[in-house]
This record gives sequence, structure tokens and C-alpha cells, in this order.
Amino acid sequence: MRTVLYILQKEFIQIFRDKSILPIIFLIPFIQLVVLSYTATFEIKNVRFILVDHDHSSESRKLADKFSGSAFFTEVGKTDSYRQAIQAIQKDKADQIIIIEPDFEKNLVNEKRAKIQVVTNAINGSAASLMNAYALSLISDFNKEIMVKQFPMHFKEMPIKLNSSFWYNPELNYVTYMVPGILVLLVTIIGMFLSSMNIVKEKEKGTNEQLNVTPIRKLEFIAGKLIPFWIIAMIDLLIGLLLARFWFGIMIIGNPFLLLFVAGIYLVLVLGLGLFISTLTNTMQQAMFISWFFLVIFILMSGLFTPIESMPMWAQKLDAINPLAYFIKINRMIMLKGSGFVDIQKDFLILTAYAVGMIIFSTMRYRKTT
Amino acid sequence: MSVSVKIKDLEKSYDKVDALKNLNLEIRPNELFGFIGPDGSGKTTLFRILTTLILADKGTIKVGNYDVVKNYKEIRKITGYMPGRFSLYMDLTVEENLLFYARIFNVNIRDNLHLIDDIYSHISPFKNRRAGALSGGMKQKLALSCALIHKPDLLVLDEPTTGVDAVSRKEFWELLKKMQERGITILVSTPYMDEAALCDRVALMQTGRLMSVDKPQNIVDNFPENILNVKVRKMHPVLNDLLGFEGAERVYRFGDAIHLATRRDAGEMKERIYHYLAEKGYQEITISPLEPVIEDCFLALMENPDK
Repeated sequence: MRTVLYILQKEFIQIFRDKSILPIIFLIPFIQLVVLSYTATFEIKNVRFILVDHDHSSESRKLADKFSGSAFFTEVGKTDSYRQAIQAIQKDKADQIIIIEPDFEKNLVNEKRAKIQVVTNAINGSAASLMNAYALSLISDFNKEIMVKQFPMHFKEMPIKLNSSFWYNPELNYVTYMVPGILVLLVTIIGMFLSSMNIVKEKEKGTNEQLNVTPIRKLEFIAGKLIPFWIIAMIDLLIGLLLARFWFGIMIIGNPFLLLFVAGIYLVLVLGLGLFISTLTNTMQQAMFISWFFLVIFILMSGLFTPIESMPMWAQKLDAINPLAYFIKINRMIMLKGSGFVDIQKDFLILTAYAVGMIIFSTMRYRKTT
Repeated sequence: MSVSVKIKDLEKSYDKVDALKNLNLEIRPNELFGFIGPDGSGKTTLFRILTTLILADKGTIKVGNYDVVKNYKEIRKITGYMPGRFSLYMDLTVEENLLFYARIFNVNIRDNLHLIDDIYSHISPFKNRRAGALSGGMKQKLALSCALIHKPDLLVLDEPTTGVDAVSRKEFWELLKKMQERGITILVSTPYMDEAALCDRVALMQTGRLMSVDKPQNIVDNFPENILNVKVRKMHPVLNDLLGFEGAERVYRFGDAIHLATRRDAGEMKERIYHYLAEKGYQEITISPLEPVIEDCFLALMENPDK
């Protein structure tokens, strides 16, 4: 047992002496949370549109004003030529074209119907549907105003009134949704990358050669190698939680100690993965590459950016072995929903069994003798 | 407590390449035993099996009464190992490295510091310097200190003097002699043949086999050939001119001279070579018969493994 302490001491001296890794370890929570939480957003605040007004009437101007007055839209040009407008989209100078037909006002008054065309650059599908939805909601607003004006007596409210309320994230704030997921990413990177690299470093530098001809036991060595990163990851998580609370103003609705407890178990799993990767590799480059391979797939499938429910069935099944998916789900439940232990019980038990299995498997694979 | 090392029928191959082939050897307690051989001769493989780092395909090694496979835990306690590649922590200081090794061997550094005082006194002025910033010779002394801090019975040194300057090499061997006086059995490998003379006994290794095992003096005494040391003013072409000279077993560069080994009478050969070289136009020719040194013997053995 004392041996573990000696290894721990050695590891911490080395970590604190590493002038390139040490600052990053403690900058990660700041940078990831601040940068990612603000940039990883699907909101589109600045739709650049071109108005092709063939009518030039007071009604068409009113509609155009509706767009240019909206906070989401910026008018980047006005033209009478459809071709010119298309060219602007091709040069990526504009995202959307609003085309108002000739005789728009006349048709509206005489025939009670008129046409507008909306053309959207749909290279990014999800952005395009959002831009489209913004434009439609402005046009339907405009519609309502016309109806009120033209048929003031007849216009009544719609029979079914829609009244939405959003729970757990009432303002549909994307930051609130992202932060718990980013926190999971944070501890995963520390746990998986640093631990696997640290163990492989001894192999690559040859320092394990002399060390292996000592009475150090395998378990002592592994414990001494993994515990430092468990501690560092927990400290990083704590920093992250404090940032979430005091920078982003995200109240942790559930019990923060339950969150830390789950994180502690989750880290055992991630460290086990790191140890496993170190048994597969002989150089830090290999360890780095394999860690990335796993991590990128885990992240893409974790539900961090896109809901797991919308993935195909095989992907959802595959997520059973994705540690990130479990912890992101649990983390969001605790932080945003205030779930207690009973609510997360099932996922927690799977995660625990997974962690225990992984650490035992990797420890058995690790060899002092080849 | 001095231990013996008994190697029996040892074999090891990597992907069908034989690294060790049917090795049998017994090293006596408290012996300073040298393994001499070129790169790839199997020295490191033998040492790695001996220090429980890899497993042999066949055969056994016993250190004292301990088997390297069955009793690997005990072996690790009584063995001090210094790998060929510097394997201490470059980012820890001299003192931190030593302290770490003392602790994981569960020994008190104060109780044992006197054991390595001869060596550690050379590097203790730099005890707060990072190991990575030490010179090659200093690194070796630190590695030796760390290998000795737990008072091992067996010390295994894999090419400890490779890449170390001549002065440091000499000093290093003097230190080894001192450690031997403490009763430690020492196994050392080296590619430098001149170091063989400093061992009690040496084994010449080539392509995984032991070529000869004997006291360095016996190897020299039993050498059947005469050596002629040839020097001329213009050394460059002389090796080519002497290759295949009638009666010469071997002609090779040796330091700044040429050695010619022969089984014939040294005096007669000397005359013939002198005339031959003079005819070729060489100037300042000096040819002198020499007592063979261990390098001459090894070169002969490596060339004709059957003899």
C-alpha cells in the first residue's frame, strides 16, 4: 500500500513539472465550457437575405420591412433581377432570397391572394430548415395582419389556441443543454488520454524496464498510475461545475454530490479504457491515435449534439457500450431535471458494472513480463 | 550473500530468428562475469530472461536457489538491473530518482546510502539536477546507484559503458570491482573487447551462441597464432596489399596499425613482409611481433567459430 503512495508522489511531481501539459489540464474546463457552450449552437441569428421586389408597392414594402426589422434577418441587397440574387447565393454573399411577385398588392386586394417565393441555401440542411421556419413565421405574422385589416369584423382567434411551455429548460437555452454534456467530455479527455499516454510513456521511454525488475506489484503500479488522473479529472469537474453555476448561471437542480459520485464511478470506467488502450500500444503516438478513434465515435454517438432517439436502431443499440451516452444522460437528468438516485438507478447500475468489468479486464491484460 | 547463476539449455527465438540457442553456463558466486559480443549476439535477450522481463522458450535459469520463472518475485528482490538504455526518469532529479527506487524496494535510503557512497559521491553535487540534464557518464553512475540501493546479491549490467567516454569507462570498471568486493555477483555485457580483460571470466557470444568461456588470461595464453604489428608511413593502402599474404591467417586494422595473425614463425614472416612492402615502395616500415591481446583472440574466434 505504501508503494502506491510512492508512485503517486512520483507521478504528481512529474505532472506538475510538465510545463506543456499542466497548464492545459487546468485551462481545459475554462476553454471548453466557454468556447464550446457559446459556439456549439443551432440558433441562427443572422440570416443574410436579398429582396427581389417586383412590385414596389406599399404592401410589398411593409413585408420587406418585416424582414429587415427582425433581429434574425439582415438585408444584404435589393435587386429586381432574380439572376443577380442567385449569383449572390452562389458567391455565399446571401443565405436566402425573398421574391415578391409583380402586382403583389393588386392581387392581394382584388383576388385576396398573392404569392411570395422564398429560396434558401440548403447546403447545411438543419440551418436551412431553421432559416425557412423563421421566414415562414414572419410571413404568417404578416398574413394575420392583412386578415385583421381586410376583415376586421370576421377575424376571430383560431378555435384551438396553442400554449406551449418548456420544462427543465424554459428558455430553450442551448447553453443550458450543452454544459452538462461538455462537462462529461472534459473528464473523459483527462481520464482516457492522459492515463493511456502516461502508461505508454513509460514503455516508450524505456523507464518501465528498470521498474519492472523491482518488487512493485502490478496492481500497485496500475493504481499509482490511474489515481492521479482520477483526482485531476474530479478537480476539473468541480471547476467546471462552479463555472456552470457562476458563469452560465445554470443552477444544479439535483444533488451535486450525487453527480460527483456518479462521475467518480464513470472515471473508473474511462481510466479502465485508458489502461486498455495502453496495453494495445507501445508508443504515445499509437495511444493518442487510438484514443481519438474511440473518443470521436463515442462523442458523435453520445447524444451530445444530436438526440440519441433520432439515431437509427443499430446506433441506439450500439450506444449500450458507449460510456459517454450513459453519463451525459445521467448528468443532464441530475443537473437540469433534478433527478434523484432512483431516477438514474438503471443507467447508474449498468455504468457501475461496466466500470468494474472494464478495470478488471484491462488490469488482467496488463503485463509486467512479455 | 553471494549467489551463483546456472543457465541450462536456454533457448529463445523471435519470429523464427534464434536469439539464443542451447545456452549452458554456470557463473560462480561473487564472480565478475563478462559477456562480450557484437550487437545482435543475444546478450540483451539473455539478460532480459535472467531479470524476469521476458520468458524463455526452453530451458531454465537459476539464481541461487530461485528459478527465474517460478520465483520471479524473489529474483526481483535480490537483483539490481541496469538496462542498456537509460531508463530512469529524465524529469525527476538525481535525488528523486534514487529516493523513488529506494522506496519501492522498501529500504531506508539513509541506512543504505553508505553502500553506494563510492558511486553516489560522484553525482551527489548534482543531486538537485534533473536526470535528463546529466552527462552520459553521470547518468550511468546514477543508474548504477539506483540498481544498487537495495543491496542486491546479483547485479546485471547491460552494456553499461556504451556511449561513455574512455575516462568514465575506466572509472566505471573500478567501481564495479569495488562492488564485487562487497560480495555481489556481477554480470556485465559489453561490445568493447578491451573490457573483457577486466572480468574474472568472459564469454564470447555470437548469433545466440557461446563461443568460448574462460579466464581472459587463459584465452590469451591458449591462442595458437603469432601477431605481427605492421606500421608504415602511408597507412591507407597497406591493408589491401597485405590481404591474402601467403601464410597470414588474418589481416585487420587494429588501432592505428595493422595486425597480421600467422601460425608460422614470426621472424621469418617479418622478413618476408618487410621485403614485400619495401618492394611496393612503402617507407618507414616497422614490423614488430606482439603478445596477442584478447581482441586478437576474439577476432580469430568470431571468424572461425568451429575452432
